[in-house]
Amino acid sequence: MSTPATEGRQLPRRVSTRAVLVTGLLAALLIAGFLSYYASGKPDGLEYVADQQGFAANAQEHQAGDSPLADYATRGVEDDRASSAVAGVTGTVLVLVIAGGAGLLLRRRGPGQA
Amino acid sequence: MLQIVCNRLPGMHVPDGFLDAPTSVATGAIAVAGVGLALRGARRELDDRTAPLVGLVAAFVFATQMVNFPVGAGTSGHLLGGALAAVLVGPWTAVLCLSTVLIVQCLLFADGGITALGTNITLMALVGVGIGWLVFLLVQRLLPGTIAATVPAAACGALVAVPATALAFTLLYAVGGEAPVPLDALVTAMLGWHSVIGVGEAIITAFAISAVTAVRPDLVYGARKVLAVRALEIRPAAGADDRTVA
Repeated sequence: MSTPATEGRQLPRRVSTRAVLVTGLLAALLIAGFLSYYASGKPDGLEYVADQQGFAANAQEHQAGDSPLADYATRGVEDDRASSAVAGVTGTVLVLVIAGGAGLLLRRRGPGQA
Repeated sequence: MLQIVCNRLPGMHVPDGFLDAPTSVATGAIAVAGVGLALRGARRELDDRTAPLVGLVAAFVFATQMVNFPVGAGTSGHLLGGALAAVLVGPWTAVLCLSTVLIVQCLLFADGGITALGTNITLMALVGVGIGWLVFLLVQRLLPGTIAATVPAAACGALVAVPATALAFTLLYAVGGEAPVPLDALVTAMLGWHSVIGVGEAIITAFAISAVTAVRPDLVYGARKVLAVRALEIRPAAGADDRTVA
């Protein structure tokens, strides 16, 4: 009753899972490490509305505000671009490891791996 | 120098102080229950082949959320990623992906208040993923059952999920907002801006989903049903062997 096997027969795999993963990860690292520097610095939808409606001032200082990566900048790294790149890449890798680990732990084991 | 760095990108999610304590406790409880259910549900969605994708999807959502795109004068928006993650790895797994992103952003990047973590998980991981997935299923049913239809269906899920998330925030604010604000104006403003952000969300989602379906549609959770039907349609031609096996 293995659907994956059936699908595998229907669709020839021209691209390996590994290639998809590596390409996707490179894209994510490029976005977090490079493209993020060019992100719009304007307030986002929620902040803008909060400002406009007059409840933005209610926002409190963040308790983790002294984190070395607070506000997507790296403390101690003077160059703006590098500071944002280190923060972005660190976060991306950390999220990859945590969520990836959870995924591997939760998966149904295939035959022979139980 | 540090000042320049600190001026960039303030927090982008719901901060501490917008919602009162009872509301934050309630959304905290909803978030815990939701993540608990997702831990069980994800087991059904994940197998050896798709499990490695989970980390990538979460990492991609984290990275893309950093890139605010301009929407109109003086405002920006960023991907929420609920529909994107749900279509790629399944809705329950997507809840786990988004929750991971939100927890890391909150604790390490000071983005989204600590007391508002439950609110942010409820809004972006539960409402965003849930609505995104349901709209995806609905549109997928209306479109012809092809793999290509996965892309517009996912885009529609993304398009609707963002204003739906904004509406959910407005409802929470109506219940437990700390500062009194006229609600009709709040609804209009939140829905207005987030509908535009939803268009950006739909474009990014369509791009990402079409990239994966183009090379490996079997890795896209939302395309599985289409692939399974296809397999059943083609198999009878193989003859009686299959029937005896079955």
